[in-house]
Amino acid sequence: MRNPIAEKAGKIKPSGIRKFFDIVSEMDDVVSLGVGEPDFDTPWAVRDEGIYTLERGKTFYTSNAGLKELRTEICRYLKRRFALEYDPLQETLVTVGGSEGIDLAFRAMLNPGDEVLIPQPCYVSYVPCAELADGVPVAINLKAENEFRLTREELLEAITEKTKILVLPFPNNPTGAIMSREDLEAIAEVIIEKDIYVLSDEIYAELTFGEENHVSIASLPGMKERTILINGFSKSHAMTGWRLGYACGPKEIIGQMVKIHQFAIMCAPTNSQYAAVAALRDCDGEVARMREAYNQRRRYLMYSFQEMGLPCFEPFGAFYVFPCIREFGMSSEEFATRLLEEERVAVVPGDAFGDCGEGFLRISYAYSLEDLKVALGRLGRFVCKLREMKK
Amino acid sequence: MQKPENAEAGERRSAGHETEKTKHAAVPAADGRVEMREQILTFLEKNSKIDAKELAILLGSSEEVIAEEIKKMEQEQIICGYHTLVNWDKTEEDKITALIEVRVTPQRGQGFDNIAERIYNYPEVQSVYLISGAYDLLVILEGKTLKEVSSFVSDKLSTLETVISTATHFILKKYKDDGIIMSKKSKDERMLMTP
Repeated sequence: MRNPIAEKAGKIKPSGIRKFFDIVSEMDDVVSLGVGEPDFDTPWAVRDEGIYTLERGKTFYTSNAGLKELRTEICRYLKRRFALEYDPLQETLVTVGGSEGIDLAFRAMLNPGDEVLIPQPCYVSYVPCAELADGVPVAINLKAENEFRLTREELLEAITEKTKILVLPFPNNPTGAIMSREDLEAIAEVIIEKDIYVLSDEIYAELTFGEENHVSIASLPGMKERTILINGFSKSHAMTGWRLGYACGPKEIIGQMVKIHQFAIMCAPTNSQYAAVAALRDCDGEVARMREAYNQRRRYLMYSFQEMGLPCFEPFGAFYVFPCIREFGMSSEEFATRLLEEERVAVVPGDAFGDCGEGFLRISYAYSLEDLKVALGRLGRFVCKLREMKK
Repeated sequence: MQKPENAEAGERRSAGHETEKTKHAAVPAADGRVEMREQILTFLEKNSKIDAKELAILLGSSEEVIAEEIKKMEQEQIICGYHTLVNWDKTEEDKITALIEVRVTPQRGQGFDNIAERIYNYPEVQSVYLISGAYDLLVILEGKTLKEVSSFVSDKLSTLETVISTATHFILKKYKDDGIIMSKKSKDERMLMTP
């Protein structure tokens, strides 16, 4: 029989998390810190709107780019929160989660052989999506001593003739790193000079905990025309299962993305779109409340790591911390596996997010304080045990 | 250049007011203080068991500052007590709660305060609110039996001379109390591991 599998698909590496997930699912009594989605319920106002529109039978296709009403609210929101100006009709596309936007952008922009710069550690889908779009992913290994921010020098070093897109995933999953306005200005200068584009994945934009509000690179002079902004409702409004995101950018690029989206997806789920209108209109308070809860947990985690003597830079974004476990002389995977087997705590090994994540763990704080306390108690005990054994 | 100058000036100023400086050192600036108090209260309202040390970690402050603020708010009677929310329905204890609407004639020079006091002094009365609208006082009463509640209403409440009428409602089931959903299941529906 002929091989039914396309070479391109066969070559894609399965997610490093998958294997771990299979082990975890078989175990009882596991306290997991491995989840990449909010623990909060979707705000009631949003769920209520979802129910209400279902009752009224609003269950047909919407226009390909999404409900006009929603796109208008998205643009108002981006202006209100991040000083971004987009045209709802020509520069905004509602997608099935942020992930679809990433995929569409690559497919709309890459020619075979075009290089995509991907700062790592990062979310797992940029590399395979770039490959599927015939692009060549090029990793930039971010450093702990820079608090996992992308520096101008690192960027310059990675750029070649073939570089077309830089992925900018901040606030970052898995490190929790953010880029300040200053950091972004240094990057923007290079982007403009070298004539490349930015895919700015800002899905965690609502979750920053420093003095400064999140800054979008698209709001810097000369950058709007070079940036595809990816955002969505999953993290900010605790709406992961609704599968709703959006992409904003220059109308030429968004136009091509709409075309691909039209043939592949048709439109994002109608019910989710109506609910999202309520999310943007009525839920700023809820978003702030969740952010404050995350911030409290983040402080608690930093305090606990300090007590344990586990080195970890203080992250100011998303809901992850990324402690270093090099002192124990084992790989991230080995550490995570033993932590799971011996203490029943599930964390994600850092190398699941790129080779340079080796030596680190991703710990999510999308959990209640009570859960975090139990898990950190166990982690602390484990760390003590390892240190005892080393002596 | 400017910073060190200011710092120096600040030091010089405070040198003359030693006591004032030490007094203020433990307390955040006025704006921050209001915010801090609000954060402390929001937390304590939900979980009065939390201690000052943990609160300090969560709010990014120091244990001393938090303990001091709590003490002050107790003195100022902003914090009036520390309660536990009990779902009595789940215990063996028999308890019924009644909401009693009371219409009264306000008294000259006293308004409603005098009559309210005469009602709230009864220990079985949980709460008394002055209400706008069709009636004047809302009295929340807890008793062991229906009889106990009804005898309170007929013997004690209705016999007060300023009380015009009462209407008693019994609570059949508490779904949500003090912002807490009583029967909420707390199972985590999420997959154990996601990217």
